[in-house]
Amino acid sequence: MQRLSILKFLNNKYVAYGLAGIFLFISILLGISIGSVPVPMLTIIQIISAKLFGGISLGSIDPMYSSIVLNIRLPRVILAGLVGAALAIAGAAFQGLLRNPLADPYTLGVSSGASVGAVLTLFFHLSIPFIGSFTLPLLSILFSFLTIFLVLAFARKIERSMRVETIILTGIIFSSFLGALISLMIALTGDELRQIIGWLLGSVSMRGWEYIKIILPFFIIGSAILIFNAKELNAMSFGEERAQHLGVNVQKRKLVILTAGSILTGAAVAVSGTIGFVGLVIPHLSRIIWGPDHRHLLPLSILTGSGFLILADLLSRTIISPTELPIGVITALIGAPVFALILLQRKRMERSG
Amino acid sequence: MLSVQQVSGGYSGEAILKDISFQVEQGELFGVLGPNGSGKTTLLKMISGILPFQQGEILIRGKRLQEYGIKQLAQMVAVHSQHSSQSFSYTVKETVSLGRYAHQKGWFQTWSKEDEDIVQRVMDQTGISSFQNKNIQELSGGEKQRVFLAQALAQKPEILLLDEPTNHLDLSYQKELLDLLKLWTTENGLTVISIFHDLNLAGLYCDRLLLLEKGTININHIPNEVLREDRIRDVYHTKIQKHPHPKVAAPQMVLLPEVNRGTKVIEINETMLHVSNEFIDLRSPSPLRTMSSGVVGSGTGWHQSFVNRHVSKDYNCDDHRVEMASFLKSKGFEPSETVGMMTAVWLEDVAYQLLEQNNFSIFVVVTAGVGNAVDASKSEQHSLQLTPGTINTWIFVNGELTEEAFIQSIMTATEAKVKAMHDLMVLDEVTGTIATGTSTDSILIAASQTGKLLDFAGTITPLGKLISKAVYQCTTKAIQKSQQRKKT
Repeated sequence: MQRLSILKFLNNKYVAYGLAGIFLFISILLGISIGSVPVPMLTIIQIISAKLFGGISLGSIDPMYSSIVLNIRLPRVILAGLVGAALAIAGAAFQGLLRNPLADPYTLGVSSGASVGAVLTLFFHLSIPFIGSFTLPLLSILFSFLTIFLVLAFARKIERSMRVETIILTGIIFSSFLGALISLMIALTGDELRQIIGWLLGSVSMRGWEYIKIILPFFIIGSAILIFNAKELNAMSFGEERAQHLGVNVQKRKLVILTAGSILTGAAVAVSGTIGFVGLVIPHLSRIIWGPDHRHLLPLSILTGSGFLILADLLSRTIISPTELPIGVITALIGAPVFALILLQRKRMERSG
Repeated sequence: MLSVQQVSGGYSGEAILKDISFQVEQGELFGVLGPNGSGKTTLLKMISGILPFQQGEILIRGKRLQEYGIKQLAQMVAVHSQHSSQSFSYTVKETVSLGRYAHQKGWFQTWSKEDEDIVQRVMDQTGISSFQNKNIQELSGGEKQRVFLAQALAQKPEILLLDEPTNHLDLSYQKELLDLLKLWTTENGLTVISIFHDLNLAGLYCDRLLLLEKGTININHIPNEVLREDRIRDVYHTKIQKHPHPKVAAPQMVLLPEVNRGTKVIEINETMLHVSNEFIDLRSPSPLRTMSSGVVGSGTGWHQSFVNRHVSKDYNCDDHRVEMASFLKSKGFEPSETVGMMTAVWLEDVAYQLLEQNNFSIFVVVTAGVGNAVDASKSEQHSLQLTPGTINTWIFVNGELTEEAFIQSIMTATEAKVKAMHDLMVLDEVTGTIATGTSTDSILIAASQTGKLLDFAGTITPLGKLISKAVYQCTTKAIQKSQQRKKT
């Protein structure tokens, strides 16, 4: 009975958003506060509110603190948050669309596709006229879009019913191939290897406000599209045929959702490299706690996804300080076992029922 | 309501359906039948707009299917298909609520009171409201089936397409679901088009049936016409037999198994008959097809033992059927496998006879007492009073009888009995005329249904001749014995 009342409490939508919001808020504070120079929580709040609303005097606060917070940690935390949010909501959407709890930008190979676009831009110093710094995200998005369509077309070719395992296998094939392509490009350019590998494993360090400006518009557009299609995602998670019977224009909506997912993934990869498993773990956990209804799952994934990646980033830079681990290492350490668990659970369910 | 005109098509260019045309009127419960691979599901997919067709037209309310938008079509046509994959644990209510998708308008698609009312109502109607907060993944196959039916109904469609709706449902829910569908068609004017695998359910509930065979229409007619033995046998390539429903005017089909239990030819004869003071019984080595007017096991059926029980003249019991059944049980007979009769006459006076002809034989057993003999032509002068009495006639036929031969056997036996009464000048004590029988006569025709096929049993057919002779002789002998006993 106690368990039931706890579940009921968690299921209340206001409580759900409240809890997720508090989680994100605490993550942000921790992310800014902890580091080689610890900054007291209260100071952080003072600095940020002064910056936001003005008026409050910063006289009593060490200018070193305000410089650390505003120029180093805050942009890093925001960037981690945005990347985490983008990957989580994209993962939730891919999973709903493909009726596949194992789908996420990383396992589908979309992240690798985006990386190819990003590496092309970075290492060949490409720049499309007029859009300047947006060349990087745009090429990443374009490549992630191409990849998801190739993966799905290939999976359909193998098996019309597109079983979960087939899609994942196809994703892995594409990931490996694209990964090899990237390595080849890197080898040919002969640049500094360590830096590149660091980028490939994903990192949000030393990017500054510049990168936030790059990802933010794409994040807003992609998320808005997905949230507006939450009902259609609900219908499509019962199968495309049934969704059409219910009145969903499946062909159109599918294209829209895949585009939005690619925009989010491409933009995230462009600013931070390939960070795996966020899009897998976060929607899965959110679904367990709050149910699969996409109208709530998508916004909740944004909140928890950003909080999760902020904490993962915090861990990556403090665990063997002063050396920094790539953030992708942390997410993979958590994500891969969760992936295995979901797979086990599914198999058990198939067998029992 | 729905008009399908010369539609052909299928998957990837290969035509599964060829030149299909039919109409369905509003409020009809229309069944689609056909063996596996005959194109039933393909047809349903075309009507639901999932599968494009290559030729022809499908009109819904006079408007071409292609002119409907997807949402518009969903408000008109709902589909309940057999396969549903769900990877996520939505609650029952969330699942049903999705049925309202096509009716919600605007950017934010708010949930109105009307939506809520409809969802609650369809959940009540399908009997799933009690577990509306449960996860669908935790439900049994039958419960899931009903959840998706509720989802389809929440669309408030005018046409409901069903693909084997009774699949996964146990007996009581099959009936409940089809009763419900029938009610909606008659009361709300819902048009239902449903694929059936079970011919009997289709025959029971549908107004009309469409029988598909290899992608073409074999027949589109009322159930009685579609479910004809020869037709179903040809289309399904299997042995079946048609028989009427006992309570409803609907045709029913039964399968005829290839493994026949009674392949060995048996002969019922006097060695199987046992006579005691208490009862006469005959146990057959295998069940016999019977038609009888016994106290137990009357009507038509299959029975293995036959009991003629002696009761005293003043036997009187409120419920003689129950009393007889418990008597049979106490003597080691299974009442459901037994035809039981009663008589007040002395059982030693039984008369029996085996008569043989080429390839078949009959064995007749008669007990007779004429204490309350009645002239049937003047029977209105008698008051109704059931006294165990009487002439009990058993006719065992070692051969295969048709339904008409069973009934003709009864006629022939009756005529022979009447003649025996006549020749013995048995009088009706009330009217003083020659009696035709007693007021409580009982008869049993039991056939082994193996061996020679006997189509008819009229008085001059081979079987009729044997029955006439044996019944006349046994009845005469039995009456004489009982009259002699009375005199002494």
